[in-house]
Amino acid sequence: MEKQVSTVFFWIFAALIAGSGLIAITRRNAVATAMWASLCFVGIAGEFILMHAYFLAVVEVLVYAGAIMVLFLFVIMLINLREEDLKATEGAQLHIAGALFSLGFLGALVWTVRRAGLFDIPLNAKYVGAEGTAAAAAGETAQLAVPLFSDYVLPFEIVSFLLLSAIVGSVLITKRRLS
Amino acid sequence: MLFVDILWKLLEIVLVAAVALPTTAALLVWAERRVSAFMQDRLGPNRVGPAGLLQPIADLLKFIFKEDVVPGHVNKAIYILAPALSLVPALLAFAVVPYARDMAILDVNVGILYVFSVSSIAVYGITLGGWASNSKYSLLGGVRASAQMISYELALGLSVVPVLLVTGETHLGRIVEWQAANGWLVLYLFPAWIIFLVSSYAETNRLPFDCPEAETELVAGYHTEYSSMKFALFFLAEYIHMITASALTVTLFFGGWHVPFFTLPEGGWGTTLSCLAFCAKTGFFLFLFIWVRWTLPRFRYDQLMNLGWKILLPASLGIIMLTAGGVALLAD
Repeated sequence: MEKQVSTVFFWIFAALIAGSGLIAITRRNAVATAMWASLCFVGIAGEFILMHAYFLAVVEVLVYAGAIMVLFLFVIMLINLREEDLKATEGAQLHIAGALFSLGFLGALVWTVRRAGLFDIPLNAKYVGAEGTAAAAAGETAQLAVPLFSDYVLPFEIVSFLLLSAIVGSVLITKRRLS
Repeated sequence: MLFVDILWKLLEIVLVAAVALPTTAALLVWAERRVSAFMQDRLGPNRVGPAGLLQPIADLLKFIFKEDVVPGHVNKAIYILAPALSLVPALLAFAVVPYARDMAILDVNVGILYVFSVSSIAVYGITLGGWASNSKYSLLGGVRASAQMISYELALGLSVVPVLLVTGETHLGRIVEWQAANGWLVLYLFPAWIIFLVSSYAETNRLPFDCPEAETELVAGYHTEYSSMKFALFFLAEYIHMITASALTVTLFFGGWHVPFFTLPEGGWGTTLSCLAFCAKTGFFLFLFIWVRWTLPRFRYDQLMNLGWKILLPASLGIIMLTAGGVALLAD
C-alpha cells in the first residue's frame, strides 16, 4: 500500500519538477519565471521527503525557494524589466551558446551519475518503501553534520572562504569609491 | 498508517487550521480594537454581542458582501494568487508546534527548520501582491516587505541557534520536554529571546516595524489595490502569523505546554491542562503584540535596516559564540 502511494507521488513530483522547469525557461516575464522556478524547488523538496530526507527537503525550500528566489524577485522588481529591454537578448548567437552550455552541463551531469553507478538501479527503487530509512532519518541531521565537520572539514572551510571572498568582492565592485 | 488514523489526522488538521486558528485571529482583531480603545480612553466596539465579542462576525459579513474589485491595470493571475500565497504558509507553519503534551499535527525531527522554511515562503505573498498590483504604493510596499523580511529572517534564525546548542534538538516537542526537565530556556538565553522577539515583530510586519504598509507614506502598502475577501485574506494572514510567532516564542523559550511547580496528571486531563497552559502563554504574547503596537511609534526604514543588520545580526552571532563556548566548557 505505502509502496504504491509513494510511487504515485514520485511520478507526480517528477512531472511537477520537469513541467515547472520547462515552463520556467520558456516564459518571457521574469517574475513568472521566478515563480515557476520556485515551484520546481518545491517539487524537488517533495522528492526528498519521499526518500525520508526531511532535512534536505526543508533546506531545499528554505535556501532556494525562500532565500535565493526571493532575492531574485527583489532584484527583478527593482529593475522593472520592460519588453524593449528583452530585445537585446534575442539573436542566434545567444541561443546557440545557451544550447551548447546546457548540453555540456547535461553531459557533465550524466557522466557524474553514471560514475556513481546510479544508472544500474531501477529508476524509483531507491525512493519507494525503503524500509529502515525512516529509522535512519531520526538521526539524519547528525549524520549529515558529523562528517561535514570532521572528515570533510577542510573542503567545507575552503568553500566557506570562497563564498566570503565572493561577498567581499561584490561589495568592492558595487562600492566604487572607498573613502 | 491505518485508515482510521488518517481520518483522525485530517480531523485534527481541520480543527486547528480551519477552526482554532481563524477563530483566534478573529478574537485577536476584536481584542486589538478593544485594547487600543482602552489605551486611548475610548470604549471600542461594544455593541455587537456581549462586550462586542460578535464584532468579528459582523466584520466578516461585511468583507464577504463588499464588491470584489479587480483593477484593470493588474497582472491578474499573480494578483489573485498573492493573498492565498500569503495565508497558506501562515497556516502551514503552525503544523509542527506542539500545542499540548505529545500533541502536534506534524511530528518531524527538523521541526524548527520546517517553521523557518515555510515562513520564508510567506514573503512571496506580500512581495507578489505589491508587484502584481502595478501601482507605485503597492510596489514600494512589496519591495520594502521583501527587504525587511529577508533581513530579519537572518537574525530570527540565528537567535534560535543557541536553543539548538543548549538542548541539542531540532524537534520542537523534545525542546519543550527538555525545558520541562531543566527549566525554561528564557532563563538561560534571555538575550537570544529578546532578539527573537524583536525579529518576529519585524517578520510579521507589525508595529513598530510595519514599514511595508506605513499609512502615512504608502496609503496601505502592498494591499492598497485589494478589496473584499482578497484584502481579508492578507489581514487574516497577518494575524495568523502573529499567532504562530507567539506560539513559537512560547515553545522555544517559555516551556511550551509545561506548567512550572506543578506535575501534570497522566492521561487526558493532563493533556487538556497542558493545552490550556500553552494557550494561556500564547495569549499573553499575543497581548504583548497589541500592547507594543499601541505604545511605540513606527521606525523609519533606514533605522529598521540599521537595527537588523548592524545590531541584531552581530549580537546574535556573538550570543551563538558565547553559548557554544559555554556548552563546550560544561560538556567537559
